[in-house]
Parts: sequence; C-alpha cells; structure tokens
Amino acid sequence: MRIGVTSVFVDDQAKAEAFYTDVLGFQVKDKVPVGEYDWLTLVSPADVDGIQLLLEPDQHPAAKAYKTALSAEGIPVIVFTVDDLDAEYRRLLDRGVFFTQAPAPMGPVSTAVFDDTCGNLIQLMAPVTE
Amino acid sequence: MLAYGSGRVNGGRRVTDIFTALADSTRRALLDELADRDGQTLFELCARLVSKHDISSSRQAITQHLGVLEEAGLVHTRRQGRYKFHHADFTPLRAVSVRWPIPQEDT
Repeated sequence: MRIGVTSVFVDDQAKAEAFYTDVLGFQVKDKVPVGEYDWLTLVSPADVDGIQLLLEPDQHPAAKAYKTALSAEGIPVIVFTVDDLDAEYRRLLDRGVFFTQAPAPMGPVSTAVFDDTCGNLIQLMAPVTE
Repeated sequence: MLAYGSGRVNGGRRVTDIFTALADSTRRALLDELADRDGQTLFELCARLVSKHDISSSRQAITQHLGVLEEAGLVHTRRQGRYKFHHADFTPLRAVSVRWPIPQEDT
C-alpha cells in the first residue's frame, strides 16, 4: 500500500487551480468532470509520478467548519517541503502571497505558513541547513 | 480566568497583576518568543514553545496563559482577516521601575 492522493478543501476549484499552478508552481495531473465539480489533482514538476494533491470542493458544511476553526488559530492543513525556505518565502512574497508566519527555526526544520487564498493555511518546511 | 488570582478591579474590568502574569515560566517563555518576533498566531507560539522551550502544554492551556498576559496588558491581539495575531506590549513593566526606581549607573 502506498499513499497516492491527499487533498485540501478549496472554496473554488478554478481559483485554486490558478493559485496552486501559477503562483505555487504545481502542475495539473488529472482534471476529470465529476458531476458539478472536477476530479482535479496536481503534482510537483519535481515528482510528476509522486503523490497527487486533490483540490477538493469544500461545499460540505463540515469542511467549511474545519477550515474556519483551523485558520482561526493559525493551523496549517498540509505541509509542502522545499529545499530553500528563505528563497521560496521571498519568491511567494513577491507574488503577493500572505504569510501568517515568516520563516522560523522549529527544532530540526525551518517552517513558514501562508494563506492559499482558498481558505487554508499551508506550511512550508525545509531542513535546517546551518 | 478565576483560577489566576490577585486581580483587581479597574474601571469595572478585572485586571491581572503584572507580577502574577510574570510569575509563570510558560508565560515568560511566551513573552520571550513575542520579543523575538512580534505578531504571532497561536500555532506559531505553540510550535515555538515545543521546539525551543520543551513546553508541550495544550493549545487550551496556552490560550489561557495568553489571556492572563492580555489581562495584564502585556499582550494585545489583532485580527487580520480570518487570522489572529498576538503582540507583546512591555509598557506595563514601566510601573515596576516607577515603584522601585533603578539606580543610575555611575559613569
């Protein structure tokens, strides 16, 4: 058994696709109409056969409540790993991304947290290099 | 917050004494971290307490500690969109040196 797909709940699939591809740099893997929404998954260009990220509609009230409660306390819903956190932080700031936490060392890793514009906080994580 | 005594009533509001607020090592660690970087979410503060101070208290406990600091005027919160940021305010500490003036150093 392997982990194939994980997901984030997004308030708007088209907006999410634009942000996650144009701003973050992921690429669409599958986009299949399923009723009102799409089965819409992304992969990292660095690992096109790797774990897929499903941009899942948050129309269920429980999904909205979950997102609201986590955001209120600054808690991210998923972690993306990067090699150079400071460079990624500057790149995303230049693209207008809003960070609730600038890069900070947290034990063996450095982390930062940003708003994905779709109702979620995302944590970036990199090993401490110093 | 009744569990944290030594409050006094000021303009109808119960105010925690700054000495009570500072008497707890977790609350001092929270102020240390806000002094290191002002304006943090609860998530960041909890992560810093765990990774830098080996304090793994629950979020609820940390929220209570922040409430005590806020009552004492040492922490303020700011809402920005869906997010809440905590800011340190060391102004109330001035009352300590007013009450017990710090001698000037000989130069």
